[in-house]
Order: sequence, then C-alpha cells, then structure tokens
Amino acid sequence: MASGIRDKVAILGMGCSKFGERWDCDAEDLIVEAYQEALADAGIETSQIDAAWFATAIEEVHVGKSGVPLSVALRLPNIPVTRVENFCASGTEAFRGAVYAVASGAADIALALGVEKLKDTGYGGLPQRGAGPLNDMVRANGSAPGGFAQLATAYSQKHGVDMDTVKKAIGSISVKSHANGAKNPKAHLRKEIPLETVLNAPMIAAPLGLFDCCGVSDGSAAAIVTTPEIAKSLGKSERITVKALQLAVSNGQESGHNSWDGSYFLTTRKASERAYKEAGIEKPREQISMFECHDCFSITEMVTMEDLYISNEGEAWRDVLDGFYNADGQVPCQIDGGLKCFGHPIGASGLRMLYEMYGQLLGRAGERQLQDPTFGMTHNLGGQPHQNVSSVAIIGREGA
Amino acid sequence: MVGIKAYGGYVPRRRLPRSVIVENNGWFNSALKGYSKGERSMCNWDEDALTMAVEASRDCLDKTRPDDIKAIYLASTTMPFTDRQNSGVLGTALNLGQNMMTMDITSSQRAATSGLINALSVVQGTGGSALFAAGEHRRSQTANNNELMYGDGGAALLLGNEDVVAEYVGAGQVAVDFVDHYRGQNADFDYNWEERWIRDEGFMKIVPEAVQAALDNTGLAAGEIDHFAMPGTIRNIAGMVAKRCGFAAEAARDNLHSVMGEAGTAHSLVMLVDCLQDATPGQVIMVIGWGQGCDALVFRTTDKLPTMANRQGIKGHLAHRKEETNYNKFLAFNGLVQQDGGLRSETDKQTALTTLYRNREMVIGFVGGKCEQCGTVQYPKARICVNPNCGAINTQEDHKMAETSATIQSWTADNLTYAPDPPHHFGMVTFGEGGRMMADFTDVDEGGVAVGDEFRMVFRIKAADERRGFNKYFWKAAPKVQAS
Repeated sequence: MASGIRDKVAILGMGCSKFGERWDCDAEDLIVEAYQEALADAGIETSQIDAAWFATAIEEVHVGKSGVPLSVALRLPNIPVTRVENFCASGTEAFRGAVYAVASGAADIALALGVEKLKDTGYGGLPQRGAGPLNDMVRANGSAPGGFAQLATAYSQKHGVDMDTVKKAIGSISVKSHANGAKNPKAHLRKEIPLETVLNAPMIAAPLGLFDCCGVSDGSAAAIVTTPEIAKSLGKSERITVKALQLAVSNGQESGHNSWDGSYFLTTRKASERAYKEAGIEKPREQISMFECHDCFSITEMVTMEDLYISNEGEAWRDVLDGFYNADGQVPCQIDGGLKCFGHPIGASGLRMLYEMYGQLLGRAGERQLQDPTFGMTHNLGGQPHQNVSSVAIIGREGA
Repeated sequence: MVGIKAYGGYVPRRRLPRSVIVENNGWFNSALKGYSKGERSMCNWDEDALTMAVEASRDCLDKTRPDDIKAIYLASTTMPFTDRQNSGVLGTALNLGQNMMTMDITSSQRAATSGLINALSVVQGTGGSALFAAGEHRRSQTANNNELMYGDGGAALLLGNEDVVAEYVGAGQVAVDFVDHYRGQNADFDYNWEERWIRDEGFMKIVPEAVQAALDNTGLAAGEIDHFAMPGTIRNIAGMVAKRCGFAAEAARDNLHSVMGEAGTAHSLVMLVDCLQDATPGQVIMVIGWGQGCDALVFRTTDKLPTMANRQGIKGHLAHRKEETNYNKFLAFNGLVQQDGGLRSETDKQTALTTLYRNREMVIGFVGGKCEQCGTVQYPKARICVNPNCGAINTQEDHKMAETSATIQSWTADNLTYAPDPPHHFGMVTFGEGGRMMADFTDVDEGGVAVGDEFRMVFRIKAADERRGFNKYFWKAAPKVQAS
C-alpha cells in the first residue's frame, strides 16, 4: 500500500456558516460567512492561498457549474479553482483535493469550501431531478428516504431484529442527535425531542418517519490546509493533522449481483478498513474518540455504526439503546447534532463534520466539549444503499 | 386446420362497484340509478390498452416465445399512440423478434373480430403462427351511462395451423354504417344515440344477418351452436338475438357485465377466451363482433383444449380482484380530474428517442445479460461482468428476464416521491435465474408486501410525458395473479 496521508497535512483554519433556512442569503453570502471564519482562524490573507477546491452537488438549483462561483464570491486572485461533485461526499472530496495538493507539494496552502443553497426549490427534501436519459427509463421512482428505508427491512430480516426494536433504536438515534444539536448555535434544528414524538411522527417512507430524516437546509463550511511545517511557522502550536482520507465507490455489485443482502454499506466497509490502516488504527471501537457519520436517515447511521466497525455486525441497535453513542457514552456520535440537526446542504456537509471534529480536538466545542479527544472521524454516504459513494476521513492531534 | 393454438386474457385487478359510481353521480343523472348492480374493471394508473395486450399475450404464450410467429396484430380503439405502431411495441415487449408483420387494427368496436378473420386467413396462407391481441381502455365522461357500462381488459390468441385448441370453421360478415355511437378524431369521449333504436334497428336486424351468413358459410344449423358469445350493453340483448336466430336458450353467454363491464373492441375476444375456459372438446362457439355491421366467427374446440388449463385467461384474472371504492381514484386514474401533483411532479419526462432505440430490448423487452464465462445473469447487460470474481469483458449474451420470478429483498412505501397512487412501493427484487434490480412495484396494497414475497414482472407505464404525449414504458414488480 502507498504510504498514505497520515500526518502529511495540517488543518490551518476552518469555518462554518450558520446552517438553516437562510431565506435572506444567496450561496455567495454563505460562502463568505464560512470563509471569513476559516481565514481568521488560519491567520492568513487570501493572497496566500495557492489553490482551491469547491464542492457543490446540485448546482442546477443554485450556483451553476464550475469553479467560477467560488472564485467570484471570494475574488480569488485567479488561482486554480476546481469544482468537485461526488454526491453527498462532495464536501469531503473538496477537502481531499486540497489535502492532496498540499501533500504533493503542488500547493503550500489550499482551500476547500463547500456550499449548498437548497431552500430555493419550493419544497422540503432534496430536489427531484433526472439521472440521464437511460437511467430515467429504468430507475425506480423513489425518494432518498425511500431508498434508505429499505436498509431497515433488510437489516431486520437478516439479523432477526423485529421492526419495533429497529424503530425504537433508530428513533433513539434521532433523540440523541437532537439532544446534541440543541447545544449547537450553528445547528438548524435546536430542540430536544422525546422518543414518543419520533415514533409517532408521520410516515415518510416506511419505516422512516419524519424524525428519522435529516433536515434540508442552506449552509457552507470551509477548511484551509497546509503542511505541518508551515503551520508551525505560522505560529500554530497545537496542530490537527489529517490521518486518513478514503473513498470507496460502488461498481454495480450491490445493485446488480446477488451477493449483497441490502442490510449494509459495502463501500463504507471498504473505505473504513482502508482508513484505519492509513491512520494506523487497529481497534476503532477503543481508539476513535468521536465521529460524525452520514445520518441522512436514522437507519443510515445505525447501519454505518457497524460498517465503520465501531459496533459489531447486528449489534448497533443494542449499542444505541445502551447509550454507547450518546454525548456521555463511550464513542459519541454526531456530537454537533449531525445532519439530523444541521440539515444537509450537500456540498457543505463533509466539511461541516470536519469542522466539529477539528473544534473538539482543539477544545473549542463549548457546551458540547468532549474530554481529551484524540481521533475524530467523519463519514459521508452519497447515492443510495445499492449504489453509492462513501468517504471516511480521520483527523487527530499531530503525532497521535 | 387453422385455428386457435392458445389463448390468454387480462382484466385489471381493481373493480369499481357500480353502486359507487351511482352514489357519486346519481344526484346529477338519476337515470344511472337503474344500473347500480355489479362492478366494472378499472385500469391502474399505469395501465392502458397496450399494457393489457402485453399481459394477455404473456398469458397466452405461457412463458414460451414461439419462433414461427409471422405476424403480430393489435386491435384497439384506445391505443396509446396514434402514430407509432403499437403492435411493434407489443412485439418488442414480448421479445418476438423483428422479421414479421406487425399491424394495428382500429376504428371500430368490430376491429378485433374483423382483424381476427383476416389474420386467420393470412396465417392459413403463410403457415407458421400469428399473435392476435386486443386491449381496450375507454374513457367516458363522468355521469355518463358509459361509465357504468364500460370496463377495461384485453385478450390474446395464438393462431396457427397445427395443434389448435379451437378450429376456425368460418365466418359471416355484414358491413352497415349504422352509427349507434362514434368518437371523432381528437375527441376524448364517445357520443351515443338512443338505446331502443340501437336494439330494434341495430342488433335485432343486423346481427341475425351476419349469423345467417356464418351458418350458410359453415354449413351449420342454428341448433348446433353450443356457445353464442355476443357483447352488448343493452339488457339481455344477447338472449334476444339468440332467440331470434333460433339458438338454444342456454347458448347465449353471459356478457360479463356484472363482473367487469364491456372492454370495447377487445370484448369479443374477452368473451371468446372466457368461453374457451368453459367449453369442452367438440363444442361449437359463435363469437360476435358488433360495430357498423357485424362479424360472426365460428370455432369448434378440439381435444387439445384441456392443455390450456394453466392459463389464467379471463376467469383467473377476474378472480384476482380488489374492490376499489374510491371514485376519485377512478377519476384520477382516467385523467378525468385535474390534480395538483405538487412541485415534485413537475420534472421533465422527455424521452431521448436515440437512447430508447439503442436500448429498446433492455427497456421495452426487459432483456438482461448472462456472462458466458461465469454464468452470472445481470441486469442491465453490461460490457464487463458484474460478478466480482469474474469481470470478464464482452462475454454477455442476451438473457430474457420478464418471465423469471422476482423475490422481494427489501422494500418501502414512499410517501415523499411523486406517484399517482401513493404511497409508492418499490424495492430490490432478485430474479429466479439470477440478477436483481431496484424496481417499482405496482398493484400492491399498503401492508401487502413482505421481504421474501415472490412477485412477477409486468409491463407498465413508467411515466407519462403529458407535455409531449409520450408514454414511457418499463417493467415493474407486481403480486402474482391469484384468486382473492
């Protein structure tokens, strides 16, 4: 295996806009909001940035294509700006681009910024859109919750966990995330909810009710990265470095070959296995201090807990009910409130997750601060369970 | 001997009790109240004359695809396309190849019987076999009598010269421009004239003339007719005509009014198939087609008739029944009300005809691939095998998927996506011979799906591009046909 990214790149600064229904903002406003914070945190000027990666997924409903919207919004000095899109992993992809640029030596300082302005579609949920002329002829009609809901039927069947228990476990996941999000001023939804509310909510796609689905919001997040040496020279004494960046993409096996049973994410398993190896982590359940996983739906989070090898297969529901992932549990999950409370402005989400892990590692998380975290992990899952893109990133204290 | 080698039928699962129509419209048209008995069949939102013809044809062919078919005919007055050959779509959906004649027959309630007489004569000349299908999905204005009289359905016959289950004995035809109703070009609905006139001057005079011609041509006597299958929505009209023609009192067959209504030009064949399911070897059947004249066709069943026992036919589909008491749903499925589908329904549904042509076997014919190297069946067929342990390049041969079983691996009922009949059920189905796909479901009830259920694939409308008048067709998973 290649030597990997571990400790080759440090995060110099990060920023994150307030997420929510930002009726008064265009994407440009959100971009500048996240960027200003990141720039101030990094303690540099725009002129010091050598290259930028810009993540936005559903460009047709807000900024359009290319790197131009970012370059114009920030008046970047004609540096390379690459627009990336890889479903819900888009934000993490921008980060990967910037990190790799620094690691290669092509750039000293690079920017990754993601944004999505989703609230100009006129309805809740992600925009309904085409998938190309051939896909549109054969692809099943279904919403995002419809695709992910099926994990629950397959999981229940495979592990012999009755649907009431599954429903209670995934409901508890949402309760936990709302409890965390209530403490986060940047979250969209800041209200604790009781389990009964979750269980009795209107059905969106069986068995997922309204509170099993993450919100939809506007938001932006940004990271400025450099080498540990440059970070040091810029006066950063406490440095957070990248430990692993992995991406796994479906090749049609899950959707077309009968070896996949529909109860797990094949890609997340591959990406996390590689990420742990890259980061030198052997016992994730013990070594990962905290993580943000892609809780687009509560069932996604539960299944992912297993695919990230934090819970044993078929047992995540038990860990959830035991409070293992709560803020005061062994491995807190979605300590910032997750997609559940932030909503999912697609291009921004991966960077928003890293923003929380970074803040926690630096002891900046205020009311939500966990005790002495060492490694923080983020995970994105884009597409559908049967065909998707999965990213895993691990960051931590330099030298850990 | 030329005749019918196999038959198949189709009636949509949903049945609308006439009492529901009367309850909703009786306030406006009190004359409807005399017709509140029985029920009519109604298409699901994704069914039309073509999809019903496909299903009837599949029933008829019973998973086989004969390689000697020289012609495919489709009869209907409600075909989805006015200028795109509908029988061509039927042939592609059935994977019957392309070296044959395909023809649409339309413009009269008599189209199916006239077309059938013609097709029998052609197949006698060409040898081989021919598929003759009919489907009808007539719409009527709300509160119109036709709403109570009509039903949706289809039928199909495989014609040939050997191993026939019913020999074609002959026919009599009369052509008279007797306009009991009509539907002009671009009109949505039929326009009808007075029923008493249609009975006395129409049926009672014109049908006996055609019957006599058929008897003369076949050398049969009226008393030799065991089954007299005549559509007609006028009360007891078949009995009256049978009596005038000198048929035995019990010969006139039930027109299925009480269980499905009249399926337009398809109804003669629907009644013929229903009759063949009742008949015993050696019986003589006369089937009538009515419409600006009359066709009278005579068949004699053979000792091969019992080989058809595994067809669902009309009777099997009639038993596969679900009562629909929501009149608004009937209106919506038939495009009789303007619904607000919400913003999610507004996506553009244009079809790239180039893409459709390249992939017609995959999309319309539901043909996947089978890797010659490792034997893995997959959908869609791809250049590189999907089996993670194979990955061979350019090794896939065509593999027809439509007739294999489809087992539910995972599913959901989606309330968020736009669907004409929410919640929209869909899920991963695995096929009996290998392969899988995330498929739309149809004809399922809420709470009526479970992991492990064995479904079958059906040809349906995937989406209607209303802006351009184009139906997109594809295959969906549906519960197997079984008596409820």
